[in-house]
Amino acid sequence: MNCGHTEKNLVAYLDGKLHPAERRQLEAHLATCAACRERAEGFRSAWNVLDELPVLPPSPAFDARVRARVEQEPRRAWFWAWIVPSPRMAFAATALLIASIWLSSFQPGRIPTAHPSAGAANQNAEAEFGMIKDLPVLENYDVLTSFDALSDLPVQQAAQPQPLNQM
Amino acid sequence: MARSDVQLMLDVKSGDDSSFELLLRKYRTPLVNFLYRMVRDAAAAEDLAQEVFLRVYRARGQYLPTAKFTTWMFRIATNLALNALRDGRYRQQEVSIDRSAVDHSVDGESDQPALEIADRQPSIELELIRRDRAEQIRRAVEALPEKQRAAVLLHKYQEMDYDEIAGVLGCSESALKSLLFRAYETLRVELAPLVEAAQQTQAGQPGK
Repeated sequence: MNCGHTEKNLVAYLDGKLHPAERRQLEAHLATCAACRERAEGFRSAWNVLDELPVLPPSPAFDARVRARVEQEPRRAWFWAWIVPSPRMAFAATALLIASIWLSSFQPGRIPTAHPSAGAANQNAEAEFGMIKDLPVLENYDVLTSFDALSDLPVQQAAQPQPLNQM
Repeated sequence: MARSDVQLMLDVKSGDDSSFELLLRKYRTPLVNFLYRMVRDAAAAEDLAQEVFLRVYRARGQYLPTAKFTTWMFRIATNLALNALRDGRYRQQEVSIDRSAVDHSVDGESDQPALEIADRQPSIELELIRRDRAEQIRRAVEALPEKQRAAVLLHKYQEMDYDEIAGVLGCSESALKSLLFRAYETLRVELAPLVEAAQQTQAGQPGK
C-alpha cells in the first residue's frame, strides 16, 4: 500500500468501515508513513471540531407554514391514489368516466318524439335512464377498468360447428 | 413499536396525514440545518425545507419504497439547494450565528434573547471564544465546494452510509470517498488552528 491508497481508504478507516484485510494494510502503511499518519490524525481532529457547529432550530412558525402549504394541496380520493399509480392513468380514467357519462346522455329513449303512441314507452325509457344514471357502477373505476362482465358473455358461434377432423 | 420512515410514508400515501406530521417533526431540524449549510442563508433554508416537505407530500401517491426515505428526501433537498445556488436565487449572505438566533427569538416561542445566553455562562469570555470557534467552523464548511460540502454534511451530521450519500449525490461510492477525502483534507488544514487552540487549552487546564 502507498499514499495513493490512503486517499481511497482513509475516511472509511476512520469510520471503522474498512474490511479487516484493508484495515491491516492501511495500519501497516500508517506505521511507516509520517505524512499519512499526520493526515489521519488531522482528519480525526477536524471531525471532532465539527461537533462544535451549533444546530440551528427551525423558526417556531416553520411547522405551521408547512401545514398551510400542505393544506392548499388538492386532496386526492385515496381510492384513486391507491389504484391509479400515475397521473396519466388518473387522467385517462377520468376521461373515460366523463366520456361514459356523456355518451349515456344519448340514449335512444331520451330522443323526443311526436308520435303519441310512443309516449308511454318514452316515459319508461326516461325512468330507466334515471335509474341507470344513479347507479353507482358508473362511478366505480374498478368496474370500468376491469370489465370482466363483457368477457364473460357467451360468444355467438358460427352457425355450423366445426367438424372435429378439421381441428 | 415505532414505525419506520418508509412505513410512515406508505401511511401518508394511504391518506394518513398524521404520519406526515411525524415525518415533519422528525426531519425539520436536520433538513433546515443541512439546507442552511448549503445555501448559507437561514431564511432561504427554511423556504427550501418547506419546499422539500411539500414535494414529499405531493409525491406521496407515487411513492415506492425502493430506497431509504432519507436518501429520497435528502436527494430532493440537495437538488433544490444546488439549483438555488446555481440560479443565484439566494445571495451568499453572511448571517452570523448570533444574528440567526436573535431572529428566531423575535419570531415567537423563545423567551430568551440570544444575548442573554452569555449571561447564563460562567464566563462571557468563554462564550465569546465558543462563538468565534463556531463561526470559523461555519466558514470553513461553507467554503467547501458544493458537492464536497453536501457530502460532508450528510456524512458528518446525518451519519449516512456511503451508499446512501452516493445515492443522494448521484455518484459512485468510489467518487464519494474521493469527495470526502478532499473535503476533510481542506477542513484539516482550515481547522488546524482551532485544533491547536483546543489542545493548548486542554494542556493548560490541569495547572489551573
